Amino acid sequence: MKRIEKLEMQGITKSFVGVKANQDVNLTIEKGDILGLLGENGAGKTTLMNVLYGLYHPDKGKVLVNGEQLHLRNPKDSMKVGIGMIHQHFMLVQKHTVLENIALGYDEAPFFFPQRYMRNRIEEYSRKFGLEVDPDKKIWELSAGEQQRVEILKALLRNADLLIMDEPTSVLTPQEAEDLFDILRKMINDGHSVILISHKLEEIMSICNRVMVMRKGKVTGSAIIKDVTKVDLARMMIGRELSNSLEKSEIEPGDPILEISDLSVDSDQGLPIVRNLSYTICGSEIFGIAGVSGNGQREMVESITGLRKSVTGSVRLQGDDITNKSARFIHNNGINHVPEERIKFGTVANLQLFENSVLKKHHTTPFSKRMLMNYPVIREHANSLVEKYNVDAASINTPVKNLSGGNMQKLILGREISAEPSLLIAAHPTYGLDVGAAEYIRKELINCRDRGGAVLLVSEDLEELFQVCDRIAVMFEGHIMGIVEPGNCDIEDVGMMMAGSAVEKKQGENL
Amino acid sequence: MSVVVIPREKATPLFNFFILLGSLFAGLVAVGIVFLLKGINPFFAIFEIFRASFGSFFGFKETLTKAVPLILIGSGLALAYRAKFWNIGAESQLLVGAIFGTWIGLAWGPSLPGFIILPLMFIGGFIGGGLWGMVPAIFKVKFGINEVISTLMLNYIAAEFVKFLVVGPWKGKTKYGYPYTDDLPDQAILKYLGNSRVSLVLIILAVCVALLLAFLVFRTRFGYEIRVIGENPEAARYSGIDFFRTTLIMMFISGGVAGLAGVGELSSIHHHLSYPETISAGYGFTAIIVAWLGRLHPGFAILSGLFFAGIIVGGDAIQMSMGLPATTVNVFNGLILVFLIMGDFFLNHKVFYQRRKG
Amino acid sequence: MDLDIITSILTRTVVAGTPLLLGTLGEVVSERSGILNLGVEGMMSFGAATGFIVTFTTGNPWLGMLAAIVAGALISVIHAFVTVSLRANQVVSGLALTMLGIGLSGLWGKPYIGRPLIVKMNAIAIPYLSDIPILGKVLFYQDAYFYLSVVLGIFVWFLLKHTKIGITVRSVGENPKAAETMGINVSMVKYLCVMVGGAFAGMAGAHLSTAYSKSWIEGMTSGRGWIVIALTIFALWEPSKAFIGAYVFGGIFVLQYVLQPLGISPNLLAMLPYLTTLGVLLFYGLSKGGQRKMSAPATLGEPYIRGSR
Repeated sequence: MKRIEKLEMQGITKSFVGVKANQDVNLTIEKGDILGLLGENGAGKTTLMNVLYGLYHPDKGKVLVNGEQLHLRNPKDSMKVGIGMIHQHFMLVQKHTVLENIALGYDEAPFFFPQRYMRNRIEEYSRKFGLEVDPDKKIWELSAGEQQRVEILKALLRNADLLIMDEPTSVLTPQEAEDLFDILRKMINDGHSVILISHKLEEIMSICNRVMVMRKGKVTGSAIIKDVTKVDLARMMIGRELSNSLEKSEIEPGDPILEISDLSVDSDQGLPIVRNLSYTICGSEIFGIAGVSGNGQREMVESITGLRKSVTGSVRLQGDDITNKSARFIHNNGINHVPEERIKFGTVANLQLFENSVLKKHHTTPFSKRMLMNYPVIREHANSLVEKYNVDAASINTPVKNLSGGNMQKLILGREISAEPSLLIAAHPTYGLDVGAAEYIRKELINCRDRGGAVLLVSEDLEELFQVCDRIAVMFEGHIMGIVEPGNCDIEDVGMMMAGSAVEKKQGENL
Repeated sequence: MSVVVIPREKATPLFNFFILLGSLFAGLVAVGIVFLLKGINPFFAIFEIFRASFGSFFGFKETLTKAVPLILIGSGLALAYRAKFWNIGAESQLLVGAIFGTWIGLAWGPSLPGFIILPLMFIGGFIGGGLWGMVPAIFKVKFGINEVISTLMLNYIAAEFVKFLVVGPWKGKTKYGYPYTDDLPDQAILKYLGNSRVSLVLIILAVCVALLLAFLVFRTRFGYEIRVIGENPEAARYSGIDFFRTTLIMMFISGGVAGLAGVGELSSIHHHLSYPETISAGYGFTAIIVAWLGRLHPGFAILSGLFFAGIIVGGDAIQMSMGLPATTVNVFNGLILVFLIMGDFFLNHKVFYQRRKG
Repeated sequence: MDLDIITSILTRTVVAGTPLLLGTLGEVVSERSGILNLGVEGMMSFGAATGFIVTFTTGNPWLGMLAAIVAGALISVIHAFVTVSLRANQVVSGLALTMLGIGLSGLWGKPYIGRPLIVKMNAIAIPYLSDIPILGKVLFYQDAYFYLSVVLGIFVWFLLKHTKIGITVRSVGENPKAAETMGINVSMVKYLCVMVGGAFAGMAGAHLSTAYSKSWIEGMTSGRGWIVIALTIFALWEPSKAFIGAYVFGGIFVLQYVLQPLGISPNLLAMLPYLTTLGVLLFYGLSKGGQRKMSAPATLGEPYIRGSR
């Protein structure tokens, strides 16, 4: 097996329906490199790596290993050449042992008692790189760090020379992350190379020797780590073009509507993911939560809307304690929510548009009277939503699954806003939408605020947050790194906070 | 060249109907092939089936008679399946309804006039079937027990219980050792229409129930919540719907209408409780396809119930004339159901050939 | 109690348990790959009819067994096609196959009602071992189906636990995405597992019609197929526990007849197998509800869409 001395991706271009995921991307990595691939979600990093791993075929461009062009039709081709990938979400069978997971589909393992054979090979690599893991344990018994080691072993045993790691520390504790970096260093010394996808500046600065920054499908910069500062990288990651095309009038914020106090929430795995959060949102104010997805935003929103229990802390709505109350109670009391995964949670795909237009409020008048649904009123409501929010649909009888993403989102947003809530929570409302639809939604959020409502906007799109919000809090690993006003703060500071670096509080923003 | 499958964006009602007809046709062709293999002229056999059930006056009356329980149960199953609760226990829900009906009829029948005792029996049957239907609902929501298995097991348990009753404590004193209960008193029997076995009361009941359930599913808040639970349980949770309460009520109704069918059979056809196979006659299973053919619309159960009743009657007819066993009906049902499912696939996906991109 | 009576009860238990064991082994394989097969009752029926007819016609019960195995596998292809390739609802497809299997078996079998086999699958005594008191008669003087079922049971257990194929099958049922990324053809694995399930069901049916009894009647399977499905859960999808479940339930079937002389209504006794099934499921649900769920193959009943991520 020849080692990979040099791998090049040249001119890689890949589009999905309407979205240019990768535009003319060039990447070079040499033996012994740990190359960081930095960028926000949606920058195109994972797409690029999926091309390298044979999961996607590029529209244009080529991949060369040691000067020879490759045709990577599927992961097996990539594995043959020595490319291995560790996905962000592990591809492991929870109920099986480590041995069984590594043996899955492993050609060289014998038919009978494959576990015995695997044990020896695993021991080899374990010792070599410090990948300590008990081969007989079941995956669900392992910590995230140990599970990751299993994935690394899987790749190494299939002759991975270049290892692609997609956001590897997103599930690790700081200690486990350190252990991982030790392992990576050992591998590098042995002649392997690593591409590390991450949005965390600290991490990239500490373990990588080179870095490439991507934004919206293009490469915005590449450098050798010792020659750059965090600020440089933040700037490359965020970019400078922030237009302010939306008209927004100055309004005095009203009374406090939502008070979050010392809120802590656990993730599905039982680990703390929101840590002692505190902030207040007032009426006539759009409060933004910036930060890369996965830093606790989803869980925070779920605990406010009654879909998840919080561990400590309290949530007060206009003075009343609504901590851990049921979802129905909370939205009966004036909090409406445009969910992150709109198709999954916000709509019933097979039901018709007008039926979806009253989801959540279907049990209230005027939409239903005692036991009966008042369909004439519901249809009227649906029609007015469609008109007001510009939902492009064949009719209000169309099943919602036939609507485009943008129109589905407009419908959901319209449904939630029209209920005139005290607090509107919008999670990534414009994700995946075209420019026109996105603009429309942002305008509606501003309208809601102008009418006196409080808005909590969770978004990864800094541009959007800067356009729309009155104040922005940056979340990283469950904490609020700082709260800023769009009018008077530095973009780079926000970028740094998003990537985990605490910033000197210049504006003296408090809760 | 390769086969490409992509989700279909929309299907007009006309296309939907077309696919339905296509599936039925394909199913009949398959049945025809089975007949052919058995040395029977398929065209003749299939023609005879429909002639016997819809072509003759007598046949049509029989078809109507058999359609009643199918429509009742079919509409109840359509309700349950809308919530994706796979109720396979209609056979036993029917039987428990019949048990309650028998008890009321025998205990109070002699002393009460017909216009009181009959409604009482039906109410009792509804409650009986409903309670029996709630059991698997509780099992599923509280204990996570798969409803297919629990309803099937309950089928067997109820059937054995009926057998126990008719040869044991409820054995008829006037029946000389037959495994029947006593006959219901005269006022507890539903009269026939003319010289058929059709009961006008029952037909009206069946159609009304089907329409009522259709109304329930499409016009009430409860029906809305059922549909949301079935189509997207996550969205149901997000919108604050109470799973437990809604499922329980739904199964009470689904079991209850099967119970109604049980009382109907008891009161108009058999006049006494006897072996379970005689009383329920596989209606609980056939009704599954009735519901599916009706695209889970309780109102359409009327038409599809009639259709399948025709197949049963026709099946009986060719059984006698061609010596085919009664379970031939199952071949029909099975094949039609398989083709219906396959048809659903074409309804939801577009399939075509495409040149493989280099 | 008389030794003979004990021997007789145990023997009958083993005989009653054999088709249950065969059926359960097959269903375990199918469900481990993620496909729920509710058509077992129909496939058993179809196997019973086929086995009977071929044995009757050829005078060779071994051919009958073989034919039943093939018949079961073939009819299960319909279920595999509908659930794997067309990704349709597995519950409804299984039910359709049950109806089809029962109907076809009745149709084919009609002319043979009331005509018993001359040659049936007789008990074979294993030399020396069958002379052991009690156990010898019970375990070593049985028909070929029993011996085969035990061998197959051990074989399936071994295959699933200690070979590469076993890891593949189990992974396909637990996490097909992971299997796909390791280059495994998930569809093909599921097809094969469903067919194995059908083959076992067919064989179980043939036992009923050519070994257990020598005649064919409609409704021979009388719900054993459904019990098999419950047994699969009872066995927590493990072949080793399938042995226990099958013979325990075989015993319950026999128990009905044993308890009859006590004056308990035979009908109430007949409820025993089904009540026990519910009882066991309730017990699981109450005590270790979560753990039982953990035992079921994670994607059981869910259609797998290739390339989804």
